[in-house]
Amino acid sequence: MSNPVNMERFKYDVVIIGAGGAGLRAAVEAREAGLRTAIICKSLFGKAHTVMAEGGMAASMGNVNSNDNWQVHFRDTMRGGKFLNHYRMAELHAKEAPDRVWELEMWGALFDRTKEGKISQRNFGGHEYPRLAHVGDRTGLEMIRTMQQRIVALQQKDEKEFGDAQRYLKVFAEITITDILKDNGKVSGVYGYRRETGEEVVFEAPAVVLATGGIGKTFKVTSNSWEGTGDGHALALRAGSKLKDMEFVQFHPTGMVWPPSVRGLLVTESVRGDGGVLTNSEGKRFMFDYIPEVFKEKYADNEAEADRWYTDQTNNRRPPELLPRDEVARAINSEVKAGRGSEHGGVYLDVSKRLPADVIRKKLPSMYHQFKELANVDITQTPMEVGPTCHYVMGGISVDPDTAAAEGVPGLFAAGEVAAGMHGSNRLGGNSLSDLLVFGRRAGMGAAAYVKANGENPVSKDSIDKAAARIAAPFKAGEGPAQNPYLLHAELQQVTNDLVGIIRTEKELAAAKEKIKDFQEKLKDVQVTGERFFNPAFHIALDLENMLLVAGCIAGAGLIREESRGGHTRDDYPKMDPNWRLVNLHCSLTDSGEIKVEKVKLPDMPNELLNLFEKDELSKYMTEPELVNMKGGSH
Amino acid sequence: MARKINLKIWRGTSKDGGLQDVTVDANEGEVVLDVIHRVQATQMNDLAVRWNCKAGKCGSCSMEINGKPRLACMTQMANFAEDETITITPLRAFPVIKDLVTDVSYNYEKALKVPAFQPPADMKPGEPRMQQVDVERSQEFRKCIECFLCQNVCHVIRDHEENKEAYSGPRFLMRMAELDMHPLDTVKNRKEMAQDEHGLGFCNITKCCTEVCPEHIHITDNALIPLKERVVDVKFDPLVRLSSKLRK
Amino acid sequence: MSTGVFSPGRAKLSQKTLRKDKWWLQPLVTVAVLLSFIVYTTFRVFENAYYYAAPLISPFYSPCLSKSCVEGSSLLGAPIGIVRILGMTLPPAIWILVFPLGFRMTCYYYRKAYYRSFWMSPPACAVAEPHAKYSGETKPPLIVSNGHRWFFFAGLIFNLILTADAILSFRNEKLQWGHVSVGTFVLVANATALWLYSFSCHTCRHTIGGRLKHFSKHPVRYKAWTAVSRLNTKHQNFAWISLIIVALTDFYVLLVASHTIHNYYLF
Repeated sequence: MSNPVNMERFKYDVVIIGAGGAGLRAAVEAREAGLRTAIICKSLFGKAHTVMAEGGMAASMGNVNSNDNWQVHFRDTMRGGKFLNHYRMAELHAKEAPDRVWELEMWGALFDRTKEGKISQRNFGGHEYPRLAHVGDRTGLEMIRTMQQRIVALQQKDEKEFGDAQRYLKVFAEITITDILKDNGKVSGVYGYRRETGEEVVFEAPAVVLATGGIGKTFKVTSNSWEGTGDGHALALRAGSKLKDMEFVQFHPTGMVWPPSVRGLLVTESVRGDGGVLTNSEGKRFMFDYIPEVFKEKYADNEAEADRWYTDQTNNRRPPELLPRDEVARAINSEVKAGRGSEHGGVYLDVSKRLPADVIRKKLPSMYHQFKELANVDITQTPMEVGPTCHYVMGGISVDPDTAAAEGVPGLFAAGEVAAGMHGSNRLGGNSLSDLLVFGRRAGMGAAAYVKANGENPVSKDSIDKAAARIAAPFKAGEGPAQNPYLLHAELQQVTNDLVGIIRTEKELAAAKEKIKDFQEKLKDVQVTGERFFNPAFHIALDLENMLLVAGCIAGAGLIREESRGGHTRDDYPKMDPNWRLVNLHCSLTDSGEIKVEKVKLPDMPNELLNLFEKDELSKYMTEPELVNMKGGSH
Repeated sequence: MARKINLKIWRGTSKDGGLQDVTVDANEGEVVLDVIHRVQATQMNDLAVRWNCKAGKCGSCSMEINGKPRLACMTQMANFAEDETITITPLRAFPVIKDLVTDVSYNYEKALKVPAFQPPADMKPGEPRMQQVDVERSQEFRKCIECFLCQNVCHVIRDHEENKEAYSGPRFLMRMAELDMHPLDTVKNRKEMAQDEHGLGFCNITKCCTEVCPEHIHITDNALIPLKERVVDVKFDPLVRLSSKLRK
Repeated sequence: MSTGVFSPGRAKLSQKTLRKDKWWLQPLVTVAVLLSFIVYTTFRVFENAYYYAAPLISPFYSPCLSKSCVEGSSLLGAPIGIVRILGMTLPPAIWILVFPLGFRMTCYYYRKAYYRSFWMSPPACAVAEPHAKYSGETKPPLIVSNGHRWFFFAGLIFNLILTADAILSFRNEKLQWGHVSVGTFVLVANATALWLYSFSCHTCRHTIGGRLKHFSKHPVRYKAWTAVSRLNTKHQNFAWISLIIVALTDFYVLLVASHTIHNYYLF
């Protein structure tokens, strides 16, 4: 069925896969370091999933509350991640985020302002102070557009200087990368195909930055777009790198639950930050019943205090609706299971009784439209129905914090959601946009330094042939009965939903592992009809292989981690265990293509960072011997 | 709950193509994109369609539904009568690639021609101070999700291929307005460029861009007309030119 | 050579539009209303009679600046005298209509209305236009629309005069002050509608504050701009309302001046 295919060939210094916030920031950095840089995106330029980010970008600029600084932000991030974060990433992130926000402003971004004309900052779950720079509830769009326009600015400069806008920086849209090519044990390029034509492309480059985002489409109810198929995760695995913390999947507590066609679609956390409350079918604000021990001191235990907090944050504790996402998601899950859910199986999120209609429209314009146009609900009049939705994967490629270099593959770099470590077992809202820019920039720097030190690494014909064979596979008939890739995808989503969702058990995880193995067999029999040219069935057949690898790692790691922490909740091990805090689970592929999960020790946090916390607090997370060895203990 | 829907979907390539009839289930609360996905999964596996977020935020699933430029993810099936046949075609202002997918590279070429934002040369990151009232006008235009429906519906290029060279379309004229109103932008001759290089004069303010905008941006009233007035200031109004010279 | 939606490379379809709604209705109504207005105005201008019935004057004939104006109607004297072309005396209203008509012809809303309905460029959104070439307002004659602001300022002078006419209508037939008739209401409504149309105009919005880069440095102008912006969203409505009211005002004066009806006095 497959036609003979043309192959295009390009040569660059750095190839960046993914054109979201992280990819574009990496590209800017690489170009400014003087390297010829290619940006490859799976869809059109400017459509990346980053546009979906609503609430804002966390950075301790202290514009609204001057007590804020990087140390406070660092503490919040570590607490949110339940101390499983790579301390160095959390530190770099907290220190560099303000510069990244200010830089966006110099590139034309227009954030909402404070009265003094500074960038306004809003409250968000898990952040001690108002910290999120934002533009209404479309901050991600502002960021992607600003980055996109920054790329254009650099291209215009090149046009003036060299007469060719795309000489040093070029965007290749609608290309799927299927393999990272390696020669001499190092990255030599990438291989893929143009979605429009089905034609194959090879990019020769000594350094590759993965910035492919998340894995949401592995799950049934998700806030992610179709692109979230874990491509980068799978590419890195197959290239010989390691995935870390894959058991930690964040379920955003508030996704839409009705109508079915928008199930999973995000309802921004700012609804709660701006005064929205969660109630069950009995009209009760149930979050007061779900404040965990470790957070008792920071959250109000009664409605009166919680309500006062919106106007006076110095003298009151914050409302429990603003607990970290994992806590809120589990609480909603429990309410629904206890039969106190809403009509369509969620709970109610209500701003209508708490803010005047015009304030709601002004502060939450896109939420207002989203509900009006998609659910026919006027959120200024009636409560929204919400429930947990798969939103973000904390796990990803194990990277060096300072250079973003991927573990085990020289020349490979990763930043953004596809990289792991920054968020530990649970990400705070607002930390992902800043993560993209902080580590996107570092990946660009890391790749540039690597290329300057190591030079070229030509692609061999052998590498190309292997990659080409893999692309051709879906058009060849397998041995078993032909499988429909769409249906197989739906089956996989059902399995992840039922067996590796918010609440997990040993039995279910083991069953999921088996099912995923089955699917991998069935995948060999997927057969695609039609031509290569813009054929979505062909696209999904290739994406499916990636999703299966990701799902395999999630189930495998989830089975091993016998505790509950952040984005990993085990019904059979409901407590957080300080001994497990010392361990990251690393997922890799064996030579025969089997998924392997192993325990690796988490790096120790240096004393100057440990000392930012009260010893009391650390004792909730750490083992006895760790606490004994620690000097000082208060800040 | 499910009902049968009759669709006519355009299938083909730049060389040839036409409308094909198909009948498919639709459930309560679905949008056109859901139905297209069902057609794709069950009857036309290789039906080409662009989409990403399915939430009206990325602007990928632009197409024409019953002749009207729309986002398929924001068009509810409930808008149509029970027995209505729904016609779905690709955007008609751009070359088609396959089925519902068109070649929108025109827009990216035009984007490259809008001179980038330029802050004051001596300004350092973290220094800018801007008042909310000063950023609000440009903020409205920055809501744009680049679905290119305004570009598609604008008759200047939709009905006159030959104008594509000289005319940048509502999206990028609005971008010129956005930058001209940006409190920190220092590029002096944006107005002249809007008229001379981006073809603002072609716009006859017939407002179709505003009608189709899924973000409800007042493209004509808040961007294009104010930009036209600004152009009059520098090109057609000797009094304004004189008074600004005197003030210098 | 096919162009537009039938250009080579675009999705092959034979229809000019696939819209199923009544897209032709709006341009049709626009044509009907505008044509009726033009026919009525032309008739009235050349009728050159029944435009003054003390204290009411028709907006088409105010200010009456010609020597041919009927007695009492010339508020500002007769600087124009009498002009004849080819032996025909030009009616005084012709001079007056140049400006309000020019204001409307170059108005951003009316441009939309007549480009769509008369010029069919385009007749409606996503409906192919019939013209082979299009250059819009890039060159003469349409480039003249850029002079909208001059007509706007001229329009303001007319608004002042028509407001004066409305004030003068608080008189009785013997021109004594302190009386109110139906005609008073008509003239006041007319002046109000015209002010609303002018204030809601895009040029007004630009002049009053739109051209500023930093609103925060001009708080008063920002306030004014905000108010005008609010009116501006209704500019289309004011355009139609004021057009119809002007015609009705003239018609009322016609009825009174021709003694068809009596201008009823409340007091």
